[in-house]
Amino acid sequence: MTVTETRTPGQRDRRFSTLRTDTWWLPVARDALFLGVVLLYSLWASLQTSGYAVDNYISPIFSPCLTSNCGEHANLALVGDWYKWSPALLVAAFPIVFRLTCYYYRKVYYRAYFLSPPACAVLEPRAKYKGEARFPLILNNIHRYFWVVALPIVAILLYDGYNSLRFPDGWGLGVGSVLIIVNALLFAVYTLGCHSCRHILGGRLKNFSRHPLRYRAWTLVSRLNARHMQVALPSLAMIPITDLYIRLVANGTITDFRFF
Amino acid sequence: MGYDHHFRVWRGDAAGGQLEDFVVEVNEGEVVLDVIHRLQATQTADLAVRWNCKAGKCGSCSAEINGRPRLMCMTRMSTFGRDETVSVAPLRTFPVVRDLVTDVSFNYAKAREVPSFAPPAGLAPGEYRMQQVDVERSQEFRKCIECFLCQDTCHVVRDHEENKAAFSGPRYLMRIAELDMHPLDELDRRREAQDDHGLGFCNITKCCTEVCPEHIKITDNALIPMKERVIDRKYDPLVWLGNKIRRRGAGDGRRAEQSPGAPAAAGAPGATPVPDEPARTGRGGDAGQ
Repeated sequence: MTVTETRTPGQRDRRFSTLRTDTWWLPVARDALFLGVVLLYSLWASLQTSGYAVDNYISPIFSPCLTSNCGEHANLALVGDWYKWSPALLVAAFPIVFRLTCYYYRKVYYRAYFLSPPACAVLEPRAKYKGEARFPLILNNIHRYFWVVALPIVAILLYDGYNSLRFPDGWGLGVGSVLIIVNALLFAVYTLGCHSCRHILGGRLKNFSRHPLRYRAWTLVSRLNARHMQVALPSLAMIPITDLYIRLVANGTITDFRFF
Repeated sequence: MGYDHHFRVWRGDAAGGQLEDFVVEVNEGEVVLDVIHRLQATQTADLAVRWNCKAGKCGSCSAEINGRPRLMCMTRMSTFGRDETVSVAPLRTFPVVRDLVTDVSFNYAKAREVPSFAPPAGLAPGEYRMQQVDVERSQEFRKCIECFLCQDTCHVVRDHEENKAAFSGPRYLMRIAELDMHPLDELDRRREAQDDHGLGFCNITKCCTEVCPEHIKITDNALIPMKERVIDRKYDPLVWLGNKIRRRGAGDGRRAEQSPGAPAAAGAPGATPVPDEPARTGRGGDAGQ
């Protein structure tokens, strides 16, 4: 921290990063590490052609499954036997782009990776900044379309949660069931609390009084939206956790614990 | 029982300055502004500082305390350890006048660029009628005390002087959102938000929300909804198609905005008075503005 500082307008004093005395860098490092680990794991898992499902459990990365090589786990075998690669490659783009263009995740990776800014009142280490008004960041405006696509994915994940209770020997509850159901519920809450959802349902209106049903829906979504941050990161964390658990059960490393 | 606390207070002017060390007595329950006053009274009689209400309502005493934009009157000394050095510096984004006083006229210039409230033609003040649910969103933004902490912390202008011409800052983007969400405002403010006030520069990193002393959810309730409204107008082909089918035009049923410097809309403050005509029937709900 420098003592002397000239404050001529237009001059950037790169030596003067911040007067903050707290560990402002800790959330930056934590978020960068967390996002990096989730991204790398998900990328690796998406490329696997086996181990993503066992009995009535299926990994969320591979759901919905639209290829015949999913076997009994296929939701809809739109793609035939000629497709030899990972089923996740056909569907992973949708939830990934949904999260990439999400207003909350944008905040996280703009701070953690773009360092724009690294933290509040900490000097941004770039000379020029043009925001989201130009390509490619302007593509974030497509978020609402991926929210629409996320809705059936929510339904499918909830269906997977229902299936996770239907074991070969009848109804039951295992650790895998809990993980799949929790993941589906978190994704549902995350999707329904989306800022685009809030806008589409009622936020774009000028007069709530003329649209009481949409106002009611907007109010409910606003409550979820206020918790969007608290839901987004756990929701993201559940994906690799659930996938890893199912993989370990599928390859026999661990045995799924059944509560009943 | 008072104790001595170590402070570093920025002193200087537009030509330059530095943080200077002081040891000042602090008593129980005091805030940073109390300490600055004691400093003025006992050690540096010429220390320049802007302050007024001492109650977190006037927005005058904005400063950067330990590097964080805060109101001096709302920063309790009890939040710092007794051995912790407290730095007090002026708002970094604005030019220094002297010591802790900065020239915030950038904000007033940006305020003048926002077209004022534009009610329907022929509807005079006193005749506005609106439902409470329709004005609640805008009322949250009216809590603003114009302390300009959000303007100061926003990296778009804080770290990039060259963006000041094109970017109005969170406070005035929130003002535009307030008017765009107002049931009686008829202007289409979405184009101006993006093109004239630089909404596209905002990357929703939420520092403005973090520093707001009135706890206004600037990013989530003003900036992001405004970004979504701009997408409706400019970047969404389905909305465009819907407007074409319903023949609502690009304004989505709203009036085209005035260019800066154009005469104010009828009914707006300072506008040419509208000839007397029968009062409009109320839109229902309580009277209010």
